[in-house]
Amino acid sequence: MNAFKDAGHLFRLAGVFLAGILLFLVIREFLVPKSFGEYGHYRGAALAEIAARPLHYAGHDTCETCHADVLEKKKDGKHAHVNCETCHGALANHADDPASVTPQKLDTAVLCVRCHEANAAKPRGFPQVVSADHSNGLACDTCHQPHSPAITAGGAK
Amino acid sequence: MQGVEGFMYPNEVELQWSVLIVLYPFLTGLVAGAFILASLERVFNVEAVKPTYRLALLTALAFLLVAPLPLQLHLGHPERSFEMYLTPHSTSAMAMFGFVYLWYLMAVLVLEIWLDYRRDIVVLSQTTTGLTRLIYRALTLGSSNISEHALHIDDRVGWVITLIGIPSAFLLHGYVGFIFGSIKANPWWSTPLMPVVFIFSAMVSGIAAVMLLYMLLTWLRKQTIDMRCVDTIAQYLFYTFLIDFTLEMLDLIHRIYESDESFRSLDFMVHTKLYVSHILVQIILGTITPILLLASTQVLKISDMARKRIYATAGCLTMIGIFAMRWNVVIGGQLFSKSFLGYTTYKMGLVTREGLLTAIVLTLLPLVILWGLVKLLPPWPEKSPAVPGASAAH
Repeated sequence: MNAFKDAGHLFRLAGVFLAGILLFLVIREFLVPKSFGEYGHYRGAALAEIAARPLHYAGHDTCETCHADVLEKKKDGKHAHVNCETCHGALANHADDPASVTPQKLDTAVLCVRCHEANAAKPRGFPQVVSADHSNGLACDTCHQPHSPAITAGGAK
Repeated sequence: MQGVEGFMYPNEVELQWSVLIVLYPFLTGLVAGAFILASLERVFNVEAVKPTYRLALLTALAFLLVAPLPLQLHLGHPERSFEMYLTPHSTSAMAMFGFVYLWYLMAVLVLEIWLDYRRDIVVLSQTTTGLTRLIYRALTLGSSNISEHALHIDDRVGWVITLIGIPSAFLLHGYVGFIFGSIKANPWWSTPLMPVVFIFSAMVSGIAAVMLLYMLLTWLRKQTIDMRCVDTIAQYLFYTFLIDFTLEMLDLIHRIYESDESFRSLDFMVHTKLYVSHILVQIILGTITPILLLASTQVLKISDMARKRIYATAGCLTMIGIFAMRWNVVIGGQLFSKSFLGYTTYKMGLVTREGLLTAIVLTLLPLVILWGLVKLLPPWPEKSPAVPGASAAH
């Protein structure tokens, strides 16, 4: 009995710790979203929220419904598998309303080097140039046709 | 590109882990080291270091309170760190570290300090006035029982907590080393020796810090330094330093002999960009010099005054050396390309969120907290308050 009395302060301390843990559990109940852990270590409801966000990309299938001529140019070239919006940017607005939303003309001197500027980290077989030496600031589409970039004997296709 | 030699991958050019991430293991190391020194007295009954027991505990607490701040400043959004506790991620070493930290802070350090100081807190709650009285009264948790039996229970419980605290201190700092050692993509870090090296370097820095603080505070209080105490601490520092240095050399020799594909790149870095901080500051100035200084006090007969000066010099050099070690691990690990073809430069900001000024403030902040703690809970045996009359006994 005396031992319990003399250890009273330890029970008080244990009470403080317990109160702290309980307070934490209550806070946790309010702060952790209900759908957390539904599918993994994230908020399950986030999937539906992300799915409900407006689309920015139309997708190449949509582009090809109107721009069959470009598809024809692309199909045998090195860029056959590069989707339209990779270079032209997100154009869902244009697909929805082609008349009033028109894509901007691209500056190939800036755009092409994003992929084709020489860098030792790129695979050897990937076409790459030191743009300053290669074209001296000249726009790439002066010689290359971006939809099918290889230069043939007859000039740019 | 300025500051870049050879080839760097784009995400390697700028260092992601700044001087604040250097500071973090440095601060936690001091915590673990100071606590282990305090534990020596408690568990192994080393009477000689008793004058530093409480000071070591308060030092550990002051540094532990500041230790997460560099991480908070580095990451931004400090409110998000609470998510670690709300939604624990058991497979992430970094996420689980929050629990290791909390365990060490609450279940070990705060508890041990409270039990050790309880008698003083109760007495002070009865002898002080005003706001300080309120603080002490809150700290008593409403119990003023300081009977002999109650204090005996505190002593026994405190002993058990210290016993649990020693592996906890190893866990705290070993875990920091583990986080670096387990990054397999970085050959400068990825070694299972890393947690062990971190623990021993933590002990070295913590012991040196407590020794310096004890000498400085005793001098400021115009008291006499207990030479038996500092001699014993210096002896521990010497032996721990030898083990730490041996482990680091083992790692180095192993790397040199193994000479894996990263070796040439790392070797070049140590001889160029890291030469000053690694070879000169860490190894020669911060390790070999203090070891030789401490060794001289072990083998030569040196006067008290000279020994004090040697200890102070060795202690300061040790702190510089251990900080350099953290620097070389954290910054060094980011200076070379993982392609082993190039090197970058660390550009430290001055007055930025992760700059030099912030680092200096965060280094000084634990000392300010320690000053407050020492005022609130005096660690000096001769300052232990007397029980005012018999009524205070129950």
